[in-house]
Amino acid sequence: MRVLLRNPRREVEVGGPLRVGALLERLGIPQESVLVIRADTLVPHDTVLADDDTVEVRPVISGGSS
Amino acid sequence: MRCRRCREAAVIELRQHNAAFCASCFLRHCREQVRRAIEQFSMLASSDRVLVAVSGGKDSLGLWDILLDLGYPSEGLYVGLGIGDGTAEGEPGSGYSRSSGAAARAFAAARGVRLVEIDLPGDYGFDVPTGAAAARRAPCSACGLSKRHLFNQAALDGRYDVVATGHNLDDEAAVLFGNTLRWNTEYLGRQLPVLPGGDGFVKKVKPLVRLGERELAAYCVLRGIDYIVEECPMAAGNRHLGYKEALNAIEERSPGAKHAFYFEFLARASTLFRPLAVAEHEGGLARCASCGSPTTGEVCAFCSLVARATDPDRLAAVSVGLGRTRRGGRRGVPGGAAGSAPGGASVAG
Repeated sequence: MRVLLRNPRREVEVGGPLRVGALLERLGIPQESVLVIRADTLVPHDTVLADDDTVEVRPVISGGSS
Repeated sequence: MRCRRCREAAVIELRQHNAAFCASCFLRHCREQVRRAIEQFSMLASSDRVLVAVSGGKDSLGLWDILLDLGYPSEGLYVGLGIGDGTAEGEPGSGYSRSSGAAARAFAAARGVRLVEIDLPGDYGFDVPTGAAAARRAPCSACGLSKRHLFNQAALDGRYDVVATGHNLDDEAAVLFGNTLRWNTEYLGRQLPVLPGGDGFVKKVKPLVRLGERELAAYCVLRGIDYIVEECPMAAGNRHLGYKEALNAIEERSPGAKHAFYFEFLARASTLFRPLAVAEHEGGLARCASCGSPTTGEVCAFCSLVARATDPDRLAAVSVGLGRTRRGGRRGVPGGAAGSAPGGASVAG
C-alpha cells in the first residue's frame, strides 16, 4: 500500500494486508500522535488495510511555546 | 470496532475513555466536552461577545466551529506572522503564514462569520523570524508575546467580552510538565483554564482543555475543515514539542495519564501556587509609556520587542534565515497592548 507521511511530506510502500495498528508499529509511530486517513475518512486501529490501499498518516502534535 | 453509543462501525478509538465512536457520535462527544468545560469553569455567558484567536490550525478552527455550533456568537482574529514569506518555494516552511491565513479566511467565509486580521509585518514592520533574531528571543517566545498582546488589544478595541484560545489538553499538560520540571511556581499559580479580566486585560478562556489534539484533528477531518497540517517551521524541535512527546509516551502505556495530570493539578494543587502568582503583581501594574498597556516595567514587552525588531542597527546584524523583514509598517508607532499578560504559556495553533 502507499503510505503518505508528513513533516516532511514523503511516501513509502508497505505490503498489505495489514492492520492499522500493525502499520504504525512497523513505522515506529506512536498511535497517540497520529490519525490514519483512507479515502477522506478516519480508520481505527483494528481496520485491515489492503495491499492496494492508499492511506495518509497525519501527525496531530503541533504548537510552539513562549 | 463498534461505537460505544450507537453500535455503528467506529471511526476512532479513544483509549483514554476506553471507548470508540462513529463519526456522528464522536462529533457529539467533542461538542459535549467543550460544553462541559465552559460550564465547569464558568467560561462564557450566553450574552458574551467572543473573540476566537485563530491560527488556521486544527485547534483554533475546531474551537471556532464548536463555539458557533453551541450557539456562542463569536468572531475570529487572525494575526499574520510573516513566517516562511522569504523561504524559497518547495523548501520546508515556505509560505507557512500565507497558507495558515488562507485556511482561516476559507473557514470564516464558509461559515459566514467575521474574521478580524492583523498583519505583523505590514502593521508593525517586522516578521517573527527576523524580529526574534533582532531581539535575541526564541521565535516561539516572540510569537507568543506578540499574539498575547495583539489578541488582548484587539479584544479591548472591539469591545469583546472574552478571548477564547485553542489551547487543548495536550498543550496544557505539556506546559504544566515544563513548569513542574523547573518548579516555575508563579506560572503554576496562574495556569488556569480561565484568566479573569480586569486592569487592562480581557478575560481569556480555554474551552478545549477537555480535548486532546488527536481529538481536535479528528474533529476537523470529520467536519471537513481544511486546516493547515504542516508544523510551524519555527517550532520544530522546541522544548514544548519534546514535552508533548514525553507525555504521549506515558499516555501510550497509561491511557488517561494526561487528563489526570492536568485535572488533578487543577483540583488539588493549583490553589497552593496561586498566592505566588498574585504576589508577583502585588505592587500593581503600571501603564506602558509607549502604548498604555498594563506592564510591570516602564515599556511593555511587546513595545520593547517592536523597538528592537525594527532597529536598523540590530537588523543589519541579523543573518536572516526563514522570513524576510518588511520595514515601514502602516502604523509606524507600535499600537497598544499587554506585554505582561498573565498566564503566559503556550501558543495554540
